[in-house]
Parts: sequence; C-alpha cells; structure tokens
Amino acid sequence: MKKIEAIIKPFKLDEVKEALAKEGIQGMTISEVKGFGRQKGHTELYRGAEYVVDFLPKIKIELLLQNEQATKAAEVITLVARTGRIGDGKIFVLPVEDVIRIRTGEHGEQAI
Amino acid sequence: MLDLPVSRRRAPLASIVSAALLATAATALAEEAAAPKFDTGDTAWMLTSSALVLMMTIPGLALFYGGLVRTKNVLSTLMHSFFCAALISVTWVLYGYSLTFGPDVGGVIGNASFFGLSGVLGTASALAPTIPQMLFVIYQATFAIITPALISGTFAERLRFPAFALYMLLWSTFIYSPLAHWVWGGGWIGAQIGALDFAGGTVVHISSGISALVTALYLGKRVGYPETAMPPHNLPLTVVGASLLWVGWFGFNAGSAVSSGELAATAFVNTNTGAASAALGWLAAEWIRAGKPTMLGGASGAVAGLVAITPAAGFVTPLASIVIGLAAGFVCYTAVSIKPRFGYDDALDVVGVHMVGGTLGALLTGVFATKDVNSAIPTLTLGLDGGLLYGHPGLMTKQLIAVVATYVFCGVGSYLLLVLVNAITPLRAPIDDERMGLDLSQHSETAYSS
Repeated sequence: MKKIEAIIKPFKLDEVKEALAKEGIQGMTISEVKGFGRQKGHTELYRGAEYVVDFLPKIKIELLLQNEQATKAAEVITLVARTGRIGDGKIFVLPVEDVIRIRTGEHGEQAI
Repeated sequence: MLDLPVSRRRAPLASIVSAALLATAATALAEEAAAPKFDTGDTAWMLTSSALVLMMTIPGLALFYGGLVRTKNVLSTLMHSFFCAALISVTWVLYGYSLTFGPDVGGVIGNASFFGLSGVLGTASALAPTIPQMLFVIYQATFAIITPALISGTFAERLRFPAFALYMLLWSTFIYSPLAHWVWGGGWIGAQIGALDFAGGTVVHISSGISALVTALYLGKRVGYPETAMPPHNLPLTVVGASLLWVGWFGFNAGSAVSSGELAATAFVNTNTGAASAALGWLAAEWIRAGKPTMLGGASGAVAGLVAITPAAGFVTPLASIVIGLAAGFVCYTAVSIKPRFGYDDALDVVGVHMVGGTLGALLTGVFATKDVNSAIPTLTLGLDGGLLYGHPGLMTKQLIAVVATYVFCGVGSYLLLVLVNAITPLRAPIDDERMGLDLSQHSETAYSS
C-alpha cells in the first residue's frame, strides 16, 4: 500500500480530480496549503509599502492506494498537473504500514 | 393756518402709529424668541445630514479601519468606533453640547447653561437659526463622535481597552469641546482671527491627525513593526467603509451649510468632486511610483480628498475642488509612503491622511475661497472677499494661525492626557496580549470561527 501526497497548483485541482476518477480512484483528501520552492513568492503593495509574500497557495492531494494503482496515479498527476512552468509542484510516494476503516474495523487493503 | 392743526394732529397720530408698530414688532420678537419659525426644508435636510454623518462612523469608519488590521484585531478596531458612538452620544447630551455651543466664557469654552440639554427645547441656535436647536444638538453630536474615533486608527492593535475608553472620554471633553468652541462656537479662532473652516478641517481632521501623531509616538510601535509584514486582513471591508464615508460626507459637508439651498448644493458638488479627484490623484501617484494602481489606494485617496475638501466645501468653486482633490491625492500618498522613514507606527495612517490632508485643505481654502461662492466670506473673515487667488494673501495668514493653534493645542493636550491616562491605567497591552490579538485579550471573542 502506498500513500501519495501531491502538491499542485490550485487551478489544476479539477483536472487532476477528473483524471484520477477516470483511473477508477475512488477517494481523496485535499487541503489548501502554502509553501514555496524554487518559484519563490510575489510582492504585494499596500499604501506604498511593498511586502514580499514567500508562501504561495497550493493544494495538497492525499491518496491511499494499492501499489500498482499508486504508480499509475503518480503518472496521471504528473501529466495533468504539469504546465511546464516553475511552481508546478511535487509528488511524494510513501509506504503505508496499515489502513483501518473506522466504520467496520477492517485492516489492510480491504480498508482502502 | 390750516397746516398747523393738521401737522399738530398728525404728530400724535404718527406717534401712536409708530408706537403701535413698535409694540407689534416687540410682540413678534417676543414670540420669535419663545417659538422660532423653523424652515421645514432646512429641518428635513439637517435631520438627513445628522443620520448621514453618524453613518460615517458606524459603520463607515469602523469598517474602513476594521478591514485594515490583522484578523486577530478586527473586533477591537470595530469596537473603537462603535464605543465612541455610544459614549459620546451620552456625554454630548449631558455636558458636551453645552461646553461647545453654550454661551461663550472668555472666548475659551461654552458655559453650563445647556447641561442635560436644559433650555434647548423651543429655541434655535444663532448658528442655525432656521432649525430647532434640538436638531443642531444631534447634528453636532455626530461630529463630536467621529473626531476621537478617527484617532483610533493610530493606536489600533495595541491599546488596552480601559485606557482607550478613558482617553476618548477625556479627549472629547478637554480637546474637542474647547477646540470646536474656538472655531464655531463663538470662540477666538472663528470670531477674532476670522479663519475659514466650512465643515471641520481644523476641528475634526487636523485635531485628530496631530493627536494621532502624538499618540503613535507616545505609545511606541506594535510588536514586530516594521520588520514583520502586517497586511490588511480584509480589503473589501475597507472599501465598503470608504464608500460609506464618501456618501456620509455629503451630510458632513453639505449639511454644514445648515440650510437646504444653493450653498448646500455647492458644498455637495465640491465634496463629490474633491473625493473623486483625490482618488484619481492617489491612483496616478502610485501607478507612476509603484507600477500598479491599487484598490486600497483608490479608497485611501477618496478619503484624503474628502478630508482636504472639508474646510473648503462651502467656499470654493467646483473647479478649485478638482485642484484641491488632486493635490490631496498626491500629497497624502507621498506622506503615507514616506512614513516608514520617520519610524513612528501610525498603524492605519491617520497622520498621513487626516493631519496632512486637513492641513492641505485648510491652506488651500486660504487660496481658493471666494465670496462669489459664499457671500458670508467678508463677514466670516472680518473683511476679506476671498483667498490668495483673489488677491487677498491675508486669508492665508488667518488659516495658518488656525492650523498652528490647532497643532499646538491638540498636540500638547493629547500628550498630557496620555500621561494622565497611563498613570491611571496602562495604555499598552502586555506583549503576550498584543501577540494573541486584542479581540481575544481585551474582549474574549474572535471575529471569524473556522
């Protein structure tokens, strides 16, 4: 079992969600996050004062998948979330020890 | 021979007639003193204006300032304006009106004859002869409310609430009432110097602006200023607030005609034109200097223009109000932009907008005032037909005296009040309370649940 954490540009969320749904992926968790990499931030102007804003808004998608599905999902996200410009984000793939479905108490792959 | 008896007869007749006329006139005068004849048009407009000016403070100024602070301080900032509206509404009835507009005592202050508004019913103020004095009371109350509330922009995000309440009470009593009396209530600036201030450039804007500067210096900077960015948390609130100020200002300026005729209409046009020109001026200035016009710039510019046109509104032509507005936009933008170089933390730019804009407006009134717009100018200025542009540099001197007197009185007065308040209850919130935010530390509530 794998967990995928993908940090993407916010406006790419809908496209990514639809592409993952086409691959048969049934659930995901997203959160609005802020961060920066090589893209850096931008400046904002308030009454003549310039502020450098380092942290830019991004979306983090979290998915829990079987190993083969995880490889496919990572490929799909890479393809769909790409604009080719700096700041497209990153995908982390992590091993998962166990999954528990709270409603039934099932463990492991059955709980995904 | 016939002539004599006739003239003899005529003389007593004439005496009788004139005596009768005099008696009628005396009766009329007595009746007038007992029940003045009110103009319903003037009364209707002044009722409307009073509501408009109160709307400037709540919610106008409250939102304008509330949007500019950080999330953790928005309620405390709204509270500053709201509390002033509540507090001064009551003190004005109890004693504020009387100290400001009661019969003059030595050119310095009004006497106690209108305490609790006794003796107000059934009379008219000499300053507003066509409306009930009761209406003049509430119209002036709305000015007394907004002036201390304007200062709150400078001490936002760090003043303890008990100290705030005491400072506003004392400031309103010991600074506003005497100053408004000097300028409008028959005191020395209006009656003896002859300086022009149509709707409160010195009384409202210069006074709150200079007091804001002194308060910022005395209080010290917010924790983290200026290294940490403290951007506004909700600019839409600020823009709504600025727009309400713009509309409410028609009551402030056109209402200051205290009548519903052409003078009010001229002041209305000048107010709108001044605000609009200053918005354009500020936007142009920041577009040139910083590369982008901003919504906050447009809103700030409009307010700066409204401030600058306030003393001039009923004395200048609409074309002059364009010049005054553009100048206010440029000058106030510059003042606000260079603030960081001076090192004081005037959190929401009361100095750059109200002190600088108010001073500019007072001086430009000395340039553009003309009796073609307001025939009362020769009386008000003790003999001048207009300002510098019309060949009367003397008006500029009068305006300067009024400005400097306001600086000195309000600057020194505010400093003394701050020392006094701080001795009674600490002004600054403890550093942990400031970091937590005044909403939680002073009021135990938060604006936005999440």
